[in-house]
Order: sequence, then C-alpha cells, then structure tokens
Amino acid sequence: MLHLILFLFFATICVAGAVNLLVQSHPINSALSLIVVMGSLAAEYLLLGAEFLAAVQVIVYAGAIMVLFLITIMLLNAGKEERSKGSRVATLLGIPGVTIGGLLVAWTLLGRSSTTHSVSIGALWGDPKSIARLLFHDFLLPFEVTSVLILVAIMGAVVLASRPEAVARGPRKDAE
Amino acid sequence: MSITTFIIISIIKSLAMVGVLLTAVAYSVWLERKVSARIQNRWGPTRVGPFGLLQPLADGAKFIFKEDLTEPHVYKPLYIAAPMIAMVFAITSISVIPFGNWLTVGPWGTYLQITDLNIGLLVVLGITSMGVYGVALAGWSSNNKYSLLGGLRASAQMISYEVSLGLSLVGVLIMAGSLSLRDIVDAQGGVFWGFIPRWNIFHGQTLAFFIYLISAYAETNRTPFDLPEAESELVAGYHTEYSAMKFAMFFMAEYANMVTVACLATLLFLGGWHGPIFGPPILQAVMPVIWFCLKVFFFMFLYVWVRWTLPRFRYDQLMAFGWKVLLPLAVANIVYTALVVAMRAQYPGRF
Repeated sequence: MLHLILFLFFATICVAGAVNLLVQSHPINSALSLIVVMGSLAAEYLLLGAEFLAAVQVIVYAGAIMVLFLITIMLLNAGKEERSKGSRVATLLGIPGVTIGGLLVAWTLLGRSSTTHSVSIGALWGDPKSIARLLFHDFLLPFEVTSVLILVAIMGAVVLASRPEAVARGPRKDAE
Repeated sequence: MSITTFIIISIIKSLAMVGVLLTAVAYSVWLERKVSARIQNRWGPTRVGPFGLLQPLADGAKFIFKEDLTEPHVYKPLYIAAPMIAMVFAITSISVIPFGNWLTVGPWGTYLQITDLNIGLLVVLGITSMGVYGVALAGWSSNNKYSLLGGLRASAQMISYEVSLGLSLVGVLIMAGSLSLRDIVDAQGGVFWGFIPRWNIFHGQTLAFFIYLISAYAETNRTPFDLPEAESELVAGYHTEYSAMKFAMFFMAEYANMVTVACLATLLFLGGWHGPIFGPPILQAVMPVIWFCLKVFFFMFLYVWVRWTLPRFRYDQLMAFGWKVLLPLAVANIVYTALVVAMRAQYPGRF
C-alpha cells in the first residue's frame, strides 16, 4: 500500500515536471524542471530496489549533466522564448497521433493483465554487486566497446573545439 | 524492536544530529576566526563571553535582525530558492554519516548513525553534487556580472574536482569491497606490527588521501581554491547580492559542507571511530565518538591552517591542476590498488 502511494506520488511529480518543462518559456526554468524529472525517476528506481541505479541517476544525470546544461544556458545568457502559434501540421497530426499511441499502449497492457503483474520492492537485482557482475562478466564486450565509442566521441569534441588553423598546422614544433 | 520505538529513536537521532551539525557549523566559524587571529598575531573575538565563545550566537542574532534586502533587478523565485537549496543539501548529507559504533541504553540499542545504507557513500556524493545548484542559481538569478561569474566558476570548479574526488575514493572501495560507510570503517580495524593502525591512509591509500583532501578543498570552495568568491576580482562572487539571513544560509551551507567532507575523510582514510580504548566502562562506551570527533576537528583545523597559509590559485592553474594532475594520479591509484588486491587474491601470503 505504502509502495503504491509512494509510486503514485513520485510518478505525479515526474509527469508534472515534464509538463512544466514544456510549458515554461524560460530555458532555466525548463532545465530545473528536467532536474525534478530526473530526481523523481531516481526515486522510482529506488522503489524498484535498484538503489545503485538510483544513486548513479542522481550523481550523473541530475548532478553532473544538468549542471552542464545550466552552465551552457547561463553562458549563452538565453532569454525568454517567444511563443509561436505552432504549425498546423503538428496540431492536425500530433494530437490524433498521441491519442492513438496512448490508446494502443493502454489496450496492450489491459489485454495482458492476466500475464503481467506489478513489481515489488527488491524484485530486481539492483545492488552494486549484481550490476557489477552483469557489466564486467556477462556483458563485458558491449561495455568495453561502448567506452571506446565514448572515447572516440570525446576526441571528436576536442578536434571540433580546437581552432581549425591549429589542427591544420599539426603538432607544434619546439624549434620554432 | 517495534515500529514505534524505531520511529522514536530515529527522530531523536535525526534531531540530535542536526543540532550537533548546526552547533559544529557555528563553532567552526568561531574556530576559524580564533585560529586566523592567532596566525596573524591578533586576538580574534574576545568580547562576547569567555574567549568570545558566545560570538556565534551574537552573529546569528545580528543576521536575523538585519534588513533582508531583495534588489529589484533579481529573478525573484530562484533568488529566494537558491540559499534554501544550498542549505538543504548541505544538511541532508549528514544523514548517512556514522559517528560511532553500537550504543546500548537500557533495553534499547542503536547504531550511532541516522541510517545505514548499502550505498551510503554514493548517497553522500549524490547529495553533494546537487548542492552545486544552490551556488549556480544564486549567481545567475542575482542578475549581476560578478555574481554570474562567481556562480559559473563555482559550478565549473565543483564539477571538475568532483571527478577526481570520486575516483580517489575508488581505491578505498576496492579495499573494503562495500559502499556502506559502516563496512568501510569496519574494514579498517586492527593494527600492523602492534602499533600502526590499519587505517587506509597507512594501508596503501596515502596518495588517494591527498588527492581527496585537495579535491575536497576545491569542492567546498575553500582557499586556495576560493575563486568563486575571490574578493579582489569578483566583489563576493555568487553571494554579492545577498544579505541578512539569506547570506547566512550560504555561509552555513559552506561550513556544513566542510564538516561533511571532514567526516568523510575521517571515515574513509583515518579509520572512523577506531582508536585506543581504555578506562572505566562508561568512558569506553563514548571513546569511539570522542576519537571520531577529534579526527574531524583535526580536519577542520587543517582547513583554517591552509586558508591562512596558501595564496589563491589562478583560474587556469586551477583547471589545469584538476584535469592534468589530480585526475591521472587518481586513475593511477585505482590501477595500482586493483592490481595489488588481485595479486593478493591470486597468490595469498606473498603480498
């Protein structure tokens, strides 16, 4: 019972944060709503018993990545967005599309309610040890390949950020 | 233990912890003023109470009665929320810090800690990383160029040094094999050769300790890394526009963070509450807490000592030092610790 109440509480906060993100006209307020969404998602992970994932969600997403978002918004000194009327195509296709999508999801879930059941606390293996076993034992190759991919992305960012003439000249010689 | 006793004991522990923390914050300010005065050959506060001991109370009263100015050009919602964010996260992180072992009072017994989590260390790191928002938003919402620069500097500096701070702790985690702060302290019991304590600082993690210490100074925006509030260039940085109790909340958050960081250093590297135990039974029961407090006090003293000894870094030096010196050293420490632990497991008795 308490579990359900907590789930509904954080789910409401999460959805409210997401809606507020879209409604707010100032980028800083939108970024702050995104932090609320991240934080309530972490609470939902915690309810599933995935405590490690919850902590990492807060440290990495809510703590580090969103700070970078905020810094960028502050540095660009982005002002209020202007409200546009919105395109007619989005209104004509978007609202029916979202309605049909939502109905599809609801129909699928309700149609299989006999085979699906709700998760209880600790039903998932979320402690650091079992996650480490998954990452460094069962899925070692995908994990390492991902880290190489991230390294390539970092190198690309460095190349893009450095000035083009410096890249063209190549490594600086000490003799000059 | 019935649920009612559990709730009552938890409430008592929480109230006691917050009370102790806020008192510690107030008297750290007093300690800072006294020690800095000594270092500069002055007396420091002497008028209010013996040795100026009531000075923190007088300061608090002054902050409450000062006029609370809100400039017309600030972005009000965030301007008001920012000090609250800083303060809330600074105080919350104390909730998983253990400061002693099992304590029995009559029929009831409890760990001297508000709650023990199996991810305790990550919780502290997560809460500390959220504290950045207080500073960043204060800088931005003040609508003032000095505040904005201070807030940006603070957030950039805190993110940069959080990386090396987190990595410096990995060695300790490999040694303890757990993220629970209580388990980490328990793993440091005992002595080498009969007299050197088995604390992590003497157990292969000396380098990690110094990386942690330096990163922690940067995380808490203390000299020599106090660029976010460098008076000579930024007036007062992110809290330029704040006065009265709102300013005091930033001040308290800074000192509460210092206390948390000192507690963490004690738990992870200096063996927490471990120390020689002697004397009558009552003394033996409180000895661990006394050892813990003494170690934390040592770190608080070190903070003040360093502040009045070292000059401020330049900003590019600060960033280069964090990314080019501390980060590689922290990674090297992880590789070294992992190798030694793996070798020990593979060839027992030879390392």
